[in-house]
Amino acid sequence: MSSADLPLHASVEVPPAISWTDRLHGWVATVDHKRLGVLYVASGLVFLLVGGSQASMMRMQLFYAGNDLLSPEVFNRFFTVHGTSMVFFVGMPLVIGIANYLLPLMIGARDMAFPRLNAWGFWMFLFGALLFYFSYVGADGLYGAGTAPDVGWFAYSPLTGKAFSRGNSTDYWVLGILVAGFGSISAAINMIATTLTMRCRGMTLGRMPLFVWMMLVVSWLILVAMGPLTAAQVMLLFDRFLGAHFFDTQAGGDAVLWQHFFWFFGHPEVYILIIPGFAYASEIIPVFSRKVIFGYPVMVAATCAIGLLSLGVWAHHMFVVGLGKGVTSWFVVATMLVGVPTGIKIFNWIGTIYGGKLHFRVPMLFCTAFLFQFLIAGLTGIMLAAAPFDWQLSDSYFVVAHFHYVLIGGLVFTIFAAIYYWFPKVTGRMLSERLGRWHFWLFVVGFQLTFTTMHAQGLLGMPRRIYTYSADRNWEIWNQITTTGVLFQALGIAVFVCAIFHALRRGEPAGDDPWNAWTLEWSTSSPPPEYNFAEEPEVKSRRPLWDLKHPDDPDWRHE
Amino acid sequence: MSATAATGGFVPGDRGRVGMACLIFTESAFFSIFLVAYLFYIGKSATGPQPAQVLDLPVLATVCLLSSSGTIAVALKSLGSGHIARFLVAWGLTIALGVAFLGFTAQEWQRLITVDGLTLRTNLFGTTFYSLVGFHAAHVLLGVLMMTSVALLALTGRVNSEHAPRVELVGWYWHFVDAVWLAVLTVVYVLGR
Ligand SMILES: [Cu+2]
Repeated sequence: MSSADLPLHASVEVPPAISWTDRLHGWVATVDHKRLGVLYVASGLVFLLVGGSQASMMRMQLFYAGNDLLSPEVFNRFFTVHGTSMVFFVGMPLVIGIANYLLPLMIGARDMAFPRLNAWGFWMFLFGALLFYFSYVGADGLYGAGTAPDVGWFAYSPLTGKAFSRGNSTDYWVLGILVAGFGSISAAINMIATTLTMRCRGMTLGRMPLFVWMMLVVSWLILVAMGPLTAAQVMLLFDRFLGAHFFDTQAGGDAVLWQHFFWFFGHPEVYILIIPGFAYASEIIPVFSRKVIFGYPVMVAATCAIGLLSLGVWAHHMFVVGLGKGVTSWFVVATMLVGVPTGIKIFNWIGTIYGGKLHFRVPMLFCTAFLFQFLIAGLTGIMLAAAPFDWQLSDSYFVVAHFHYVLIGGLVFTIFAAIYYWFPKVTGRMLSERLGRWHFWLFVVGFQLTFTTMHAQGLLGMPRRIYTYSADRNWEIWNQITTTGVLFQALGIAVFVCAIFHALRRGEPAGDDPWNAWTLEWSTSSPPPEYNFAEEPEVKSRRPLWDLKHPDDPDWRHE
Repeated sequence: MSATAATGGFVPGDRGRVGMACLIFTESAFFSIFLVAYLFYIGKSATGPQPAQVLDLPVLATVCLLSSSGTIAVALKSLGSGHIARFLVAWGLTIALGVAFLGFTAQEWQRLITVDGLTLRTNLFGTTFYSLVGFHAAHVLLGVLMMTSVALLALTGRVNSEHAPRVELVGWYWHFVDAVWLAVLTVVYVLGR
């Protein structure tokens, strides 16, 4: 059935020719959720390239034992800037941007609840990111050349005290994240208000796409986690500028308190980043399995359970501090508990695939790799949750392998899946299937070479964040495999960039609904008009487009 | 199906309420970290002055702030029923009580700084006290500014009963500031002494 038959379809407009200054002004002054979504995603991808380059440089330094490509100082700055960028200036804008674009479309709304707040949030994010990177030239102020922050992405006290971190590099770390954090908070407020008050007729909570449910839980976590991070950052600023003593061990301040505050944010942050990955997988896997999602209510419940349990597990990042038996046991048990709803989700995705008519197009390829990789990420997570195991391997490459398995194997793979899946909706053009397959295989091979071997380095005792190592430790061969993997990943990314530019110029026209999908965003034109829907949609089930395409057997008879 | 039923009890007009509720929620998370830091550092200052030596229970300030929650409720009720004059009186009274609270705080801080020599740098007590009480006072100030803008609009005749739902959000914020004060009072002036 061609999508032109759908009653929700909007008429195609031919825009009048406009000058580039008008076009630029249109982008800078926009309050449209779709344009802001594109701006978020585009900036996130640019910072992904920047953060990836830093990682590649570090891997080149570690290729040989005793290598001197990077000095220890430069290496420290690179791992700090790499980690901070990937979490705050890549992960956050990508998940917020994708939701910004899709969430109103999926619930049949005209825009987000607060369009101007939405624009403010984006510019806060971008300004925070640029402020952070400005440290490279301006961190020492007028006194000399700048230096980037070098205190690690979780900036442990007392390393961040005025005595140990001179100059202003740490201040740029604090302020960049603080400012970008205001953007994240405003985005979360917007997503919650939009989801609760702007849904179209018939879109009950129980009929919302899982994507929307999951972003609702993510927004809740942003509200719970970013407030405390802001508070901790303000305390650090008071220490550094006003002579306060929050984390000043000389005056009785407690360095471990910073760790508690930071990880009270830091652990939910992991779920803020990975639940959107679950959200994309939960939309894509059913469409390419030609089945409804298995266990919708259980998925919602599991997501809510994660949204609550993940608030009580933060100290598993601090086992080596020595928390005492009682506290340690609590956090071990809580951490293992949070694995249960996550495991339920994996079963549900497999249940969706099971018996389905599978189409292994590029989005589905990325989601399949995600399932395997995220399973391993979860298993190493459970291993690290056991405190005695963690005492051995904390701050080793095993931990680095674990969280890269989560954030790349889990999040980045699903983000690629999401981009291949929704790019046609955003631009009206298909990304090349052939280039997409090259991208996928290069990236999956590179990922496995890099991060599977890192587990071995960790088990062999290689600590994270060292800038070099001696040859007699027998780590060299593992590091060389790891670094070789980076080459494959970089090639994959290069193919991806080519695929995007190729599609923008010569991509095959997509039509409204290239994947024969079921959620509302596919009922409007590609790209959607500024007003999203010509008339407000009305839905009767979780798969409104299925109902339209199959009036003889609509879903609402079965739900 | 009515719009209300479809959106699970919320209508599009409620978005301001949801937004304000979310803001209040994340602000509560922000304040709770400062409260935790205060509780954690009670009695851990290496040098004096200690809270018991210099802090007095701020009875008048508390009375001002708590009663302002009552006056703002009266004001909002009057606005909803279209009694603009009564609204202006109760609203102005709320602003005055807020300003009085800030005055008492200023007085307390002046005494602490000049007489007792307690600053943010003195010890952990000073650090946690000024940041917690200071952030609360900053929120009171913000509330006073918001209320003053509404008052100016109302005096020029640009606020009437149809704006009640939006003005109500200022009231929510003010009640929140009040609730934070109860937490600060308990932690700083009761438990902390
Ligand atoms: Cu964690």
